[in-house]
Amino acid sequence: MRLNDEERAILAGEAGESRRWAIQHQIQVGEFFDAADFVTVSQAHIMADTESLGEAGVAFLEALAAAPEAERRVRVPTLTDPRGLDFAVYKRLGQTDAMAALEARAIAALRAFGVLMTDTCINYQTILPPVRGEHLAMGDTGVVVYSNSVFGARSNFEGGPSALAAGLTGRTPRYGFHLDECRRATRRFRLDSTPRDLSEWGALGGIVGRACGSYWQVPLIEGVETPPGSDALKHFGAALASYGSVALFHMPEITAEDAVLADPAAATTRIDRAELDAFSAAYAAVGDKVDVVVFAAPQLSLIEMQQVGDALSGRTVHPQTTLIVATSPEIKHAADRMGLTERIEATGAIVAAGICFYQSYAGELAEVNGWRRLVTNSAKLTNIIGGYGYQPTLMSLERCVAAAIAGRIR
Amino acid sequence: MTILRCHPGIGPAVGGVALVAPDNFSARYDLDRNKGVFSRPGHALVGQSYDSRILVLNDAKGGVATAWMLHEMKSRGIVPLALVFNRVNPILAQGAAFGGVTMVDRFAGDVTQLIRTGDRLRVDPAAGTVEIVERAGERR
Repeated sequence: MRLNDEERAILAGEAGESRRWAIQHQIQVGEFFDAADFVTVSQAHIMADTESLGEAGVAFLEALAAAPEAERRVRVPTLTDPRGLDFAVYKRLGQTDAMAALEARAIAALRAFGVLMTDTCINYQTILPPVRGEHLAMGDTGVVVYSNSVFGARSNFEGGPSALAAGLTGRTPRYGFHLDECRRATRRFRLDSTPRDLSEWGALGGIVGRACGSYWQVPLIEGVETPPGSDALKHFGAALASYGSVALFHMPEITAEDAVLADPAAATTRIDRAELDAFSAAYAAVGDKVDVVVFAAPQLSLIEMQQVGDALSGRTVHPQTTLIVATSPEIKHAADRMGLTERIEATGAIVAAGICFYQSYAGELAEVNGWRRLVTNSAKLTNIIGGYGYQPTLMSLERCVAAAIAGRIR
Repeated sequence: MTILRCHPGIGPAVGGVALVAPDNFSARYDLDRNKGVFSRPGHALVGQSYDSRILVLNDAKGGVATAWMLHEMKSRGIVPLALVFNRVNPILAQGAAFGGVTMVDRFAGDVTQLIRTGDRLRVDPAAGTVEIVERAGERR
């Protein structure tokens, strides 16, 4: 990679050991992807849940954070993705004091870097939406795909260590979706049927994601006649990234950039009602006892919080079923202020802030609580959670709530 | 002896035994990291140990957790010896770089067809080569 004077000085250790580690890591990744140079970024976003970090990752952060303040402060605003634990509800969920202690250590280390503990995967809805052409180092696949597609920003998937490195250096290697040539559409899809709710937008993301199956594919989705709204595109993008590792999509007249097809003669894949229905049907389990109902992945917007509150209103969650709603700290504060949290929790449900369920020791929670059948309206969660020992079912928000009340899938 | 050429990769040169499937990969989605086995129902390698094996797979799945998890797995000594993929996303590359795990990708053909489970390999990221030292079932 071509380095400028400042970058060479950082690599030589003149800005301290933390920044030297950061740029060395970035050069290793950049050279792997044939990056010519660095590009400056305006924000970074770190995924650093303690289930992923483990003791080793937390110890790494602590060692880096022990540097003198001038050497450890991030150079651009740096946010956090959901944590592994909400201190207000962890005991009710069955998480342990040891998990809470590890979480507290991670938070202390991240704060020492000057990181803003936003604990959210919906920062594009709640903190500071990016603008077209803005280069970012975002550390959540859902955040990346939404920022790239809906806003026309430019970010690769930046895992926790790389996002921290970008915060420390204020730059990232220029490869992938920072480059025009990677942003051209490589696959073409046409909708013959419009998704009817958020679970179906997620299902559509799953269908397109499976068909693409690679970070380096960019789908063009035609036939979306009405702008579906931020929450629908949130669920679509999150599932697309989860099932396909996809980081950018184009929807003509809806997303930010004019889609250019890499191959104008590319064949069109049609997606109809039967395919949308079959996607959810593959996870169906009518009659099964429901252990846990989860609204998360991505965290809920204020509008979704109201929708959950409306659907639950006046009813009681079945005593053998746990209902968890996960949102960002900002939205939780708003929901508290507007009476939504009280309305949801009066039914027996748990509202958690700053977590996203699957990043919260989901395997250990299944074991300690005896959870197996999980019901959700998130296609992303449906995709992830099988590896943790759950049997997931994907349904609309209203059917999820009905299952939580009945304790069974109807 | 067969030598497969690939893009220069990450990490030290290593030698070991291949575990191969045409599936994609994520440490969060697919593994029980405590037991050291593939845990995701439907994955071709479900139930099999990945510890100290050279994983030969197709591509990376969504999710950013693998960037931390390879480092965490290595700290406990239950980790693949190397990752040999057709193509990876940035997360696997970042995770390999951070965790010091050997990784290569971008071959001329489908590497999940060129290598078979049980083959003994030598992976040299700096040279951009994977040598099939000994085919499975041809042990001397």
